[in-house]
Amino acid sequence: MTLLAIEGVTKRFGTALALDALSLEIGAGEFFALLGGSGSGKSTLLRLIAGFERPDAGRIRLQGRDITRLPPPERAVAMMFQSYALFPHMNVRENIAYGLRRAGERDPRPRVAELVALLGLEGLEARRPQQLSGGQQQRVALARALARRPPLVLLDEPLAALDSGLRERTGLELRALQRRLGASFVMVTHDQAEALALADRVAVLDHGRIAQVAAPRDLYERPATRAVARFLGAANVIEAGRFALRSESAAPAYALRPERIRILPALPDVNATPARVTEIAFRGGDALVLADADGQSLRLVLPGGAALPEPGAEIFLGWDAAALAPLSA
Amino acid sequence: MIRSGAWLALLLLVAAPLLVVLGMGFGTSSPGVPPVIPPIGATGWQGSFEAWGLIFADTYYLDAALRSLRLAAITAGLCLVLGFGMALGITSAAPRWQAPLLALVLLPFWSGFVLRLAAWVGLLRDGGWLNATLIQAGLITEPLPLLYSEGAMLLGMVHGYLPFAILPITATLARRDPRLEEAAADLGAGRWTVFATITLPLAAPAAAAAFLLVFIPAAGEVVIPEVLGAPDSVLFGRAIWGEFFQTRDWPAAAALSTALLALLLAPIALYQRLSVAR
Repeated sequence: MTLLAIEGVTKRFGTALALDALSLEIGAGEFFALLGGSGSGKSTLLRLIAGFERPDAGRIRLQGRDITRLPPPERAVAMMFQSYALFPHMNVRENIAYGLRRAGERDPRPRVAELVALLGLEGLEARRPQQLSGGQQQRVALARALARRPPLVLLDEPLAALDSGLRERTGLELRALQRRLGASFVMVTHDQAEALALADRVAVLDHGRIAQVAAPRDLYERPATRAVARFLGAANVIEAGRFALRSESAAPAYALRPERIRILPALPDVNATPARVTEIAFRGGDALVLADADGQSLRLVLPGGAALPEPGAEIFLGWDAAALAPLSA
Repeated sequence: MIRSGAWLALLLLVAAPLLVVLGMGFGTSSPGVPPVIPPIGATGWQGSFEAWGLIFADTYYLDAALRSLRLAAITAGLCLVLGFGMALGITSAAPRWQAPLLALVLLPFWSGFVLRLAAWVGLLRDGGWLNATLIQAGLITEPLPLLYSEGAMLLGMVHGYLPFAILPITATLARRDPRLEEAAADLGAGRWTVFATITLPLAAPAAAAAFLLVFIPAAGEVVIPEVLGAPDSVLFGRAIWGEFFQTRDWPAAAALSTALLALLLAPIALYQRLSVAR
């Protein structure tokens, strides 16, 4: 069931085109990630959904209702800001109760107590935001956003301000919370690992357009375009016509995952290339090898325990035709 | 080096004159130049408490002090409300307009203080622009008594002191985090509620500082009430002026000056605390 529908939304800032006739549907109860680099339009899209910006063209519908022109307080959407935007002159309890009071709640205490318990903030109720750690602030911001049980929660880089040690665990907690509440979460992130780890579906944004929408696994194994493959980072992008490519379908270029490349004792006629090892990084469970093949750098991952070549060694690399994922552009 | 220079400047320009005024309050009035005998001379203590007795003898000076504090409070209150509105307007204007708008606030300082007062006199007097226009428009037949009134005095006070209120509030509002107001709106607060629950409380220290920044000098203001105000209501600053230059009773004038400073000590200390807190 569609909860949120973005229909042909365009947004310009001066002459810069931030969103270019973008369309997207997000389902009820879905954890959705908007993934892109800076300037991809992902944050603009989030601000349009929250109502802080108005689109120049297109419509936004929430639960079937057109909310394009509605001001932020009238939208059943709650946002968690990257900086958390906690009110510095209010304590934790007052921050969480703010939205409840605006909704006319006479006694917000029971719901506040519920959220305090849900997010493990017991004992911190009387503290001001500046007396909290980064992780605690993040949880207060989340509690404040969830207070009115919004069907749609927007998260702007929810983990970016946390220490790297805390990020992974908090991300998993976030997803567990979303499953439990059944609300839709839309998360903006520039971190592909975060998007792939947490989201049910990921939209990759590039220059104000959607390059691909897919489940994390599909996105990882079958990137649609060069831009997506490059943004997801790990895959090798190989242009058609190089390395005696022989694939199952014709395409201008192919993505080749690093773990699908093998070191061969002899050079086959197709889907192979001689290369020289430039870098080796042992990573415990496996090893990353960078090799230069006729001017193109290839990444390959060798399983742990495999014999590793020496840097500078001349080797033969090969792969199966099925490993080549065709890219449309 | 800079530190000791600052202390020296404070000593010479603040502490020493204050001590002279304080001491003069215990001196004795006598014809001559200056018309006062200092409280401590070659033979030791020769001062008197006559001046202090005089200023507390009846309610004349107390009434003047209360009138001054009332005028300062009303002026500061009006400047605070108007200044807050203008600061809000300036900081929510497009960025390229903010500097020009702020320059407009300071523009009156480029013209002379006395010139600006003279302009008000020209506008408000019986044959002035305002009355002439109203008579010509046929709205009134006799000129309205605008000048030399409480209203004219307040107009001049607010006009003169408004920039002192606008500047600190603008500085604080310009640094505010727009995300906080967005978060409040996102949580269901309308524009007025956002202002009342977020913008205003966070700017309250700056607003209090702006109030005091106007209140403190306005309490001792002499010229504006003298030029625009009603002649019958003597203010504290006017009383000091009178003792110095008309009755030439310098000990009484000095005692009054000391008393004014004592009255303003609490607001000054409060202002200092607010400035440090910010």
